[in-house]
Amino acid sequence: MAAEDKRQLERAIDEITEIAKGFGLDFYPMRYEICPADIIYTFGAYGMPTRFSHWSFGKSFHRMKLQYDLGLSKIYELVINSNPCYAFLLDGNTLIQNKLIVAHVLAHCDFFKNNVRFSKTNREMVESMAASAERIRQYEILYGKQEVENFLDAALAIQEHIDPSLIKPQFDYTKEEADSRNTHRNLKKGSYDDLWALDPEERERREKEEAKKNQPVRFPPRPEKDLLLFIEQYAQGLEDWQQDILTIVRGEMLYFWPQLETKIMNEGWASYWHQRILREMELTERETIEFAKLNAGVVQPSTTSINPYYLGLKMFEYIERKWDNPTEEEQKRFGRRKGEGRKKIFEVRELDSDISFLRNYLTKELVDELDMYVFAKQGNDWTITEKAWESVRDQLVVSRVNGGFPYMTVENGDYLRNGELYLKHHFEGMELDIKYLERTLPYVHQLWKKTVHMETTIEDRQVLFTHDGKKTHRRFL
Amino acid sequence: MKEPMFIVSQEDWSLHRKGYQDQLRHQEKVKEAIKQNLPDLVSEESIIMSNGRDVVKIPIRSLDEYRFRYNYNKSKQVGQGNGDSKVGDVIAREGDPAQGPGKGSGAGEDPGQDYYEAEISVEELEEMLFSEMELPNLKRKDQDQITITDIEFNDIRKKGLMGNIDKKRTILEALKRNARAGNPSLKGGISIDDLRYKTWEEVTKPHSNAVVIAMMDTSGSMGIFEKYIARSFFFWMTRFLRTKYEKVEIVFIAHHTEAKEVTEEAFFSKGESGGTICSSAYRKALEIIDSRYSPAVYNIYPFHFSDGDNLTSDNERCVKLVGELMKRSNMFGYGEVNQYNRHSTLMSAYKHVNDPKFKHCIIREKGEVYKALTTFFKKTEEAKA
Repeated sequence: MAAEDKRQLERAIDEITEIAKGFGLDFYPMRYEICPADIIYTFGAYGMPTRFSHWSFGKSFHRMKLQYDLGLSKIYELVINSNPCYAFLLDGNTLIQNKLIVAHVLAHCDFFKNNVRFSKTNREMVESMAASAERIRQYEILYGKQEVENFLDAALAIQEHIDPSLIKPQFDYTKEEADSRNTHRNLKKGSYDDLWALDPEERERREKEEAKKNQPVRFPPRPEKDLLLFIEQYAQGLEDWQQDILTIVRGEMLYFWPQLETKIMNEGWASYWHQRILREMELTERETIEFAKLNAGVVQPSTTSINPYYLGLKMFEYIERKWDNPTEEEQKRFGRRKGEGRKKIFEVRELDSDISFLRNYLTKELVDELDMYVFAKQGNDWTITEKAWESVRDQLVVSRVNGGFPYMTVENGDYLRNGELYLKHHFEGMELDIKYLERTLPYVHQLWKKTVHMETTIEDRQVLFTHDGKKTHRRFL
Repeated sequence: MKEPMFIVSQEDWSLHRKGYQDQLRHQEKVKEAIKQNLPDLVSEESIIMSNGRDVVKIPIRSLDEYRFRYNYNKSKQVGQGNGDSKVGDVIAREGDPAQGPGKGSGAGEDPGQDYYEAEISVEELEEMLFSEMELPNLKRKDQDQITITDIEFNDIRKKGLMGNIDKKRTILEALKRNARAGNPSLKGGISIDDLRYKTWEEVTKPHSNAVVIAMMDTSGSMGIFEKYIARSFFFWMTRFLRTKYEKVEIVFIAHHTEAKEVTEEAFFSKGESGGTICSSAYRKALEIIDSRYSPAVYNIYPFHFSDGDNLTSDNERCVKLVGELMKRSNMFGYGEVNQYNRHSTLMSAYKHVNDPKFKHCIIREKGEVYKALTTFFKKTEEAKA
């Protein structure tokens, strides 16, 4: 980038930053880095410039880069949730493209900094990931590339199955504890214990206590959502470096999770603000037209999926409008005052995630206005099946549950008293991809090193898939 | 000093090759996966029937990143219309729904449908397959030592002689570059950077001839399956020999109780009936060798495919004639297609043949054509070194 262009860009960023602050956006100090396309695409594929190496990232890099080479899609920017916040701009962007991107990125950063879902994320993740990548490289040298890759393949196959709750109880149980309580369950009776039977009150109390003791202790005591952590802590015979890799994979997933949970909000918020900020700027005629074209491309709706940029933007605008002009009833019942739209959307960006955002603010009015529908496969065609606004809202919410991944828990880590792992998919209307299920179980087996089971629902019947290290078979329950 | 609100910088990223390195690893894995599928690919009908000209598409399943996920085809999705959508409207047909626009900036890209289909040309397949094969280390003929140098156009470069310009690739490059600039046509013209030239390499080829004497039992007991196996085998064997010899000829001999030389088409399609006397084929082969293919000039590879159901009294004669054939040939191969594991009279006779030139293999299913190839042309330790 020529020195003059850089000066121009810096002047523009300065102006945009001032406008954004004036609007009340609250972001970390920014680091803008101008990079060539293949670097942006590398970061896009890995999610982070410093992340460890794995062929799966190479695969998505290749696919993304190919789409760029063929002119099918283009990433203009990439922003990283960190303090200071890194934003990568594509070398060759025009000045107006960069203006839009800088405004967009500032709003993302404001979201990262203020949304409660991100409150626990590690803001030094750039450095953490670099350190992890370095450790993994060391393991490759020590234990062999193939060995490490095989382990990563397995760990990445279940990487989404963590517990991302903000308040998470620690694992406070061990397998031995459960074992010992189970074996000592039948305590010996003393010779005079039968005398207690004469006292009805005492007898009742003791019987209750006895019954409680005789209750087998489950391992884990409650169904455990964090499969990755459960394996890391309780799988037999994992080496230190393998446990470390599980910790790394889990930590990185925890870092990315809030982004999965707030995709619609985050993109909507950024689109809302890049529009507002650019409207405050003096643009030339040419710039205005180019901006309009770019913006239209970003928020273009799609017939076969939801464009988070567009839906999020429309929802924030809708909320602002509603809270600016509350009805008389709303004023009376909820004590809303006119003109509080801006204040409200800042509150929403702080407290909501996609699920609550959709549930609370996707109304009949909006669904009709945006002409949204539910569609499904009928024969060979994807056909619109429903247009009722509740169905649209509920379907969207369902698709966002657990970041869009099937919800499953560890039911038993000592199944059949044989150390086997029993997982349960909590069926909520969407069936699992069986082929994928059958091929993922061997990975779980590779980590757990004993037979693994997975209970799920197919065609309204409970099915148990079992992999014993050689074959996967299924049976109806 | 207060920390600045922002810094703009531009670094030299040219050494950042991680994406490309992992991409390479992924491609290696694709190759590995293809290699693991070789037994299935070798008997792939589309390859055998295409005469080796085509690029074949093969689904490589082991490269999916398996995880627990929903069945996309059985779940409901949400989309958005232009304002007049109705229940019952068809928005997409079989195949994946078109990907939505949006520019995808965050780290989490859509999970989407993501299956991988590798494209592979028969040449690449050959390269992999033949790297595991070797001509048995047999007596060398004088003619083998004579080699000729030839040129082969096998590479594309950015610099070269104008006469060797590769028009198709040049236009493709120009299209790609223009598309990147947002103008997917040739209006932007062709720049110097787009030019691609064909370049050549000098290759040394042995100046020698080989002949394959393909013999097959066409008696009533040889069905479609048996013939297909033989056909796949001869397909690959001829191609393999072509990489070793400059000229490879094939003679087809079909036999039941008597043998005759036939065309390739008749060899693979003609159905006959009746009993089996294998010695008739061997006698015919000897006759052809003696009249047309002198062992001094030709490397001779007689291969016989049968289901093993020979006339018992003929077996002794067969063993004797095979011995004669081996005197004249580089090796003799006997492939028995025995789908149902029947008792084979011929095989019990051949069990006692103890000559390094004699090789046999029993094929029970399609996938075993590969096994047969590697049995007949196994790399010996000596050859590997």
